[in-house]
This record gives sequence, structure tokens and C-alpha cells, in this order.
Amino acid sequence: MEPALAILIGVIVAASLYLMLSGNMVRFLFGLVLLSNAANLVIFVGGRLTYAAPPLVPEGLYAPVGVVANALPQALVLTAIVIGFGLLAFALVLVHRAYQVLGTVEGDDMRVAEPRADKG
Amino acid sequence: MTAVLLTAPIIISFLTAIACFLARHDRVAQRWLSLLGSIALLIASFLLAAEVIRHGPIAAAMGGWLPPFGIVLVADLFAVSMVVISAIIAVTTTIYSFGEVTDGEERFGFHTLLHSLLAGGCGAFLTGDIFNLYVWFEVMLIASFGLLILGGRKEQIDGAVKYVVLNLISTIAFLTGIGLIYGATGTLNMAELRDAIPAIENDTVVLTTAVIFLFGFGVKAALFPVFFWLPASYHTPAVVVSSLFTALMTKVGVYALIRFFTLMYDTQMPQMQTMLLIIAAFTMVVGVLGAAAQNSIRRILAFHSVSQIGYILLGLAIFTPLALVGAIFFIIHHIVVKANLFLVGGVMTRLTGSEDLAKIGGLWRRTPWLAVLFLLPALSLAGLPPFFGFWAKLVVIQASFEADAYLYGFIALFVGLLTMYSMSKIWMEGFWKAHPNPSGAAALSLSRNELALLVAPIVLLTVATTALGLFASPFFDIAVQAAAQLTETDAYVRAVLGTLP
Repeated sequence: MEPALAILIGVIVAASLYLMLSGNMVRFLFGLVLLSNAANLVIFVGGRLTYAAPPLVPEGLYAPVGVVANALPQALVLTAIVIGFGLLAFALVLVHRAYQVLGTVEGDDMRVAEPRADKG
Repeated sequence: MTAVLLTAPIIISFLTAIACFLARHDRVAQRWLSLLGSIALLIASFLLAAEVIRHGPIAAAMGGWLPPFGIVLVADLFAVSMVVISAIIAVTTTIYSFGEVTDGEERFGFHTLLHSLLAGGCGAFLTGDIFNLYVWFEVMLIASFGLLILGGRKEQIDGAVKYVVLNLISTIAFLTGIGLIYGATGTLNMAELRDAIPAIENDTVVLTTAVIFLFGFGVKAALFPVFFWLPASYHTPAVVVSSLFTALMTKVGVYALIRFFTLMYDTQMPQMQTMLLIIAAFTMVVGVLGAAAQNSIRRILAFHSVSQIGYILLGLAIFTPLALVGAIFFIIHHIVVKANLFLVGGVMTRLTGSEDLAKIGGLWRRTPWLAVLFLLPALSLAGLPPFFGFWAKLVVIQASFEADAYLYGFIALFVGLLTMYSMSKIWMEGFWKAHPNPSGAAALSLSRNELALLVAPIVLLTVATTALGLFASPFFDIAVQAAAQLTETDAYVRAVLGTLP
């Protein structure tokens, strides 16, 4: 199962890079969402996959019984999802504000901070 | 006690941030809280430094969970010197901000964001767990986003878009590297990784993750060819924010690079060392050539920041003990001098009304003290004795010559010459030549109080540069100790894990 997920991660990264290389900021944000999902999948698969064995401790015991899923990557992925969610929310509002203030979502046309040389 | 000392910088900064947020509508209370928080951070960092100088690396397991399952905070000499410098920059930033940040910006939480950023920085310097490092990076990043756009001007939004997109990509790259390392070794603890990474049989995994981390931290540290977000955004926000970013944000990336490549990865991997040397050379040259093409004070200084990071990477790439001493010296020097120069540039702009060098001038006649306060750090940046920059450059270049990396030593010298060119450009255009519009310039002045608030941190940092330069010997000994702790990592591992594995 892990090789299949690895190939899937590769496909997601390729798609996200294609979107990010477009000059359009909205497309870029979609690409960023995909890329962060790919990174989360990398962490998840790194913990190795187990079938139908959630990391739970049976009642009355102090440790899980048998082989259970690795809980640490799940915690890492949760943290990463939450952090990514906050960052993406900010990025989305920033792009919206940039559209209002600068009038465009094309990255190449945003030249206020670094004006083109011929404009002086 | 060690746990208190290690967590104090982070907790103090966060408490100050919360207090400033609660007091954000009361201008005076907020300012006092911010200043007291910065001074408390400085005292805490000095206490931590004293402890580390006495006992060597110290560590504390958070929550009582022992490594490798728990998160550890570790301080060795390198980390603690970064925390001390950050605290000094915190104090200077806070004082300068009183003279610059407007009431509206303060009400929107400038001081909260400032102290959150400092908390994230101190956390990043003191953590011993790579995923925790990612979390602190994100704390710094989101606080920096807020500081960057505070004010809402067009250039800020434009610069912020460039900054945000590239830094988010680097964040995700770093996260991917962490995932791969965890998959290959099963641990996230830096001390454990020191022995776990060389034990990975698959060399491809080691090299791939090393390059992924180099890319992620390279974007953060503004290395060639991924530094372009820095000149696009650093000149747009308030001057005090520019100064803080240049002192802190890139340095956390450089710190992470040095920590990863001294503790966990071996730069003697043949491909890695060549790659690091070439990247360092290009960073130095492209940065300084970019600066030579600019005509605005902060844009010149932003490109210079990139160039000086190249020197630090050169020290890391050469990897002899002397080269690491040079890298540490250079980081300290760069933080102090660059923060200072940005603040001086800010005062120049306030006095003359523009950042564009073609439109200003005559400051030597008008404010000779400001000219001196610019000249001293500028000469230090260019590497003239007796300032600290001379010692920093000398150690790096001598290390490169001793390691037979003659080409890179000569590149470093040549870049120093071009740095002098840019500094003299600012001097000639901003201070020496007459102002094109004298009557308009004379009309702009600052009240005595504001001027005192703006100039006090500049004087503090200039005195620091000169004092460090004149009395460099004790700091050299500390840097040698810090570099030794970076190369002989047994003390670090013993402090974290209790025993050597």
C-alpha cells in the first residue's frame, strides 16, 4: 500500500507545482493547498500503514495490545493540518486584499514594491 | 532550575504578547508592558547564557516526558548566544518603535505581534526536536505576516504576497523533510538523529532529505537562488519591522542550517560540500551586485543582507573549526550591524522625506551626528578595522585560505570591496551631496522626544559594534567554545539523553 501512496504523493506534488507555476495567485493558492496535503501524506505514510488498528488502549490496560497504528505521525499530521489551515486562511485573505488594492491577481502585474526600471 | 531558565525566554515573550494585546487600546500601558517584557527577556537570556557558559550544554524535558518521546529544550553556547542577541534586538526594536509606530498600528497589535515573533524565535533557537522547530518557525512566520502588512499600504500588500508565497513553500518543504526523516529513522529528537541518520543504509534518503532541508532553510535564510522574496518585501513595512526581520527571520533559517549540518548531517558528503560552497559564492556575489544596482536605502540594505548570509554559509561549508567560529562571529556581527543600518536609514528618511537617494542629501551638514552613526556601522559592514565586521570577515577568509578554498576567499574579498562601494554610495548620495530641495528638507523635523527614541537604539547598537570590535578577544574565546560544541556534539547529546547511547 505504501508504494501506491508514494506514487499518489508524487502526482499531487506535480499537480500542485503546475498550479503554483501559473502566474495567477488564486491558482497558486490551490496549488499550495495540494502541496500541504502532499506533505501531510508524506508524514502519514512515513509512520507506516496498518489496517484497521486504531491506536487505542483497551479498558483497564496501560498499553495497546498487539500491533496498532503509529500514533505519533497522526499527531504530527494534525498539527501540520491546523498550522497549514491558519496560514492558508491568511494567504487567502491577503490575495483578496491584494486584488482589492492592486486590482489584479496576476503575480507578474504586481509591481508596486519593485517597479519596473523603465518606469523610473 | 534548568527547565525554568530554558523556558523563561519563551514564556516571558508570550506573556508580554498577551498583556500587550489586552492593553492594546491604552497606548501608554501597552508601551510600558512591551518595554518591560523586552528587558525581562534580556535579563532571562543573560541568566541562561551564564548557566550555559558555566555548565556546558543544558537540556530539560518538557512535561516530564523523556526523550525520544518527549520534546526537549536544549541550550548550547551557539543557541544561547543567538537568544542573547535576539533579546538585545528586542530591546532596540521596542524603543525605536515608540518613535515610529502609529497609534492605529499599535491598536491593531504591533507589540503583540512583535513579542509573538520573539517567542517563536527563542523557541526555535532553544528546541531540540525537529518537529517542534517547525512549529516555532510557523509561530514566527505568522507573526511576521502580521507585522509585514500592518499599515496596509499598497507596497506592503505587494511585498507581503511575494513574502508569503515563497515562505509557505519553504515551510511545506521543511515539513516534507521531517516526514521523510521520521519515516527513515523513527525519531524526531535532534540528539538521537545525530546517531540515527548516519545509520540509515539508503544513502539516497540521506542526501535527498539533506537537500530538502537545504532548500527549505535556504528559502528562509535567503540563499541563492531562492532569496528573491527578501528584496521584494523587506523595504515595504515600517522601518522597525525591516530591522527586526533582517536581524531575526533570516538568522533563524541560518541557525537551523548550521544546527542540521553540524549535528545531524555530515557536510563532508562530497556533493553537499561543493553545493554549499557554490551556493555561498553565488549568494555573496549576486547579493552585492543587486545592491549596487539599487538607489533606495532600504533596498540596498536588503540586498546586502542576502550577500552577508553568503559569508555565513561559506563558514559553514568550509566546516573547519575556525570557519565555524567565523560563521558564528558573522551571524552576531550581521544581526547587530544590519539592524543598526536599517534604523539609521529610517532616521534618514524621516529627516529628509524620501528613501530614494536621488531625492535626498545634505545630511552631513544638517545632522553630523547621524553621519557618524551611519559611518561606523557602514565601515563595520564593509569590514574595516577596528570594527567587529573586520574580525568576522578576517576569520572567515582566513579559514577559507587555510582550508585551501582560495577561490572562495578571493570571492569573499571582492564582495567586501563591492560592499564598500554600496555603503559609500549611500554616504555620498545621502550625506555628502547637497539636498536637491533644501527648503523642503528643512521643513521636516522630529520632536526632541521622538528623535531621542529613534536615536537611542542606534547609539546602543553602534557602541556594541565598536566595543565588540575593540574587545574582540573574549568573544573570540566564547565563539571558539561554541564552535567546539558544534563539532564535538557529545556534550550536547549527553545533556539531552542523559547518557551517550
